[in-house]
Amino acid sequence: MDLVCPAGTPASLRAAVGAGAHAVYCGFADETNARNFPGLNFSRAEMAEGVAFAHAQGVKVLCAINTFPRAGQQAIWHRALADAEAAGVDAVILADLGLLDHARCHHPGLRLHLSVQAAAANADAIGLYAAAFGVRRVVLPRVLTVEEIASITREVAVETEVFVFGGLCVMAEGRCALSSWATGLSPNMNGVCSPASHVAYADTPGGQEARLGGLLIHRTPKGAPAPYPTLCKGCFTSGDQTGHLFEDPVSLDAMTLLPALKRAGVTALKIEGRQRSRAYVTEVVRAFRAAIDAVEAGRPLPAAQLQRLTEGQAATTGAYAKTWR
Amino acid sequence: MAAILARHPDILTRMAGHAALSILIDCPDLPCLVLLRPDLGRATLHRAPPPHDAAIAGRLSAFLSMLHGEEDGDALFFSGRLQISGNTAAVLALRNALDDAELDLTAELSALTRLPLAPLARALGPRLGLSLYRSA
Repeated sequence: MDLVCPAGTPASLRAAVGAGAHAVYCGFADETNARNFPGLNFSRAEMAEGVAFAHAQGVKVLCAINTFPRAGQQAIWHRALADAEAAGVDAVILADLGLLDHARCHHPGLRLHLSVQAAAANADAIGLYAAAFGVRRVVLPRVLTVEEIASITREVAVETEVFVFGGLCVMAEGRCALSSWATGLSPNMNGVCSPASHVAYADTPGGQEARLGGLLIHRTPKGAPAPYPTLCKGCFTSGDQTGHLFEDPVSLDAMTLLPALKRAGVTALKIEGRQRSRAYVTEVVRAFRAAIDAVEAGRPLPAAQLQRLTEGQAATTGAYAKTWR
Repeated sequence: MAAILARHPDILTRMAGHAALSILIDCPDLPCLVLLRPDLGRATLHRAPPPHDAAIAGRLSAFLSMLHGEEDGDALFFSGRLQISGNTAAVLALRNALDDAELDLTAELSALTRLPLAPLARALGPRLGLSLYRSA
């Protein structure tokens, strides 16, 4: 199984390569990728330099162009495709039907991966993307069980890639409107979920408050783990109950499921976190590379201490082994 | 600060418009507050909090570990070792730009003073419990 690792900056790309990534994914510094955060991402020159550096170490680079082009502004996304190909990337990660078609017609040499943003969650949908656009790999949504992943992988003729660590989106990705509702900006169109420009933290007598677009999302005691304010992991009061309605503010950690994912036939394991630092990238990539090497060699999984890197200082295996409430 | 930015111009490029915002660094184990205006290459010291757009508070050890790529900024925040207030986007822009710059504070000060400070930093860092330089 290949380890696909995040790089929000050239320094993180070098860190991922040094820590044992088989492939690194990254994006341009604009709205064409779903991590369009302040201070992140790659200029055209940085992308070309990053590709050259990674290739020299035998590591692939995948370029995420996985937002949905705005009407009348498709040229921005078309230019990103052409520039990614010129930079020498090994594949582009796309979600939009029109952009997939444009890539197939105008860049036939580019390997196409289907982004998780496309939310293709069954074999028929994935088969259509493969037949119509020549998609070679699908990144599966984080809402499937391991059994469902195994079933899809058996039925489709393309490679499957699944998330194994990091921020956990629990919605039908690419179709979630919660961030848009609260801020007017979304990962689908603008590349930002719960954008930092709309986040505010404040110390109050009742504890630390985290707001998104003016809405109070969390209030935590001073010194307690402080989650990032997203609506899907917000604390809600309904009737006489107060709690995390959709999902707790936790991160995904599926390391213990690597043997099961190997048996399911998964090709690639993805670490989330292009918005995180090179320290995070180094530690998580190193731990998962050691785990993959152990699984491939039939050895027991090594111990890893990654919990302090997770949101809420807590981890979950997510939908892979979910007991829904 | 101007000298560091001159040696690492990508910091301002990455911060873009956020570089024109003022960010207050509040370390309780320092005798003063530090106000950054990256676009002006300016860092000023204050006894009381001056007007600012954003603030980051936490112990010096947390700031230095983050600066030298030993600890993740989000993890420090999630665990409560760093607190932020004000313009969150400006804080993220600064953090991401500094992370990409791979700064080594001792190397920067050595370049500035033309003094070989690395041996001193290697001796003092463990004693003080501070990350004073970037590991290879």
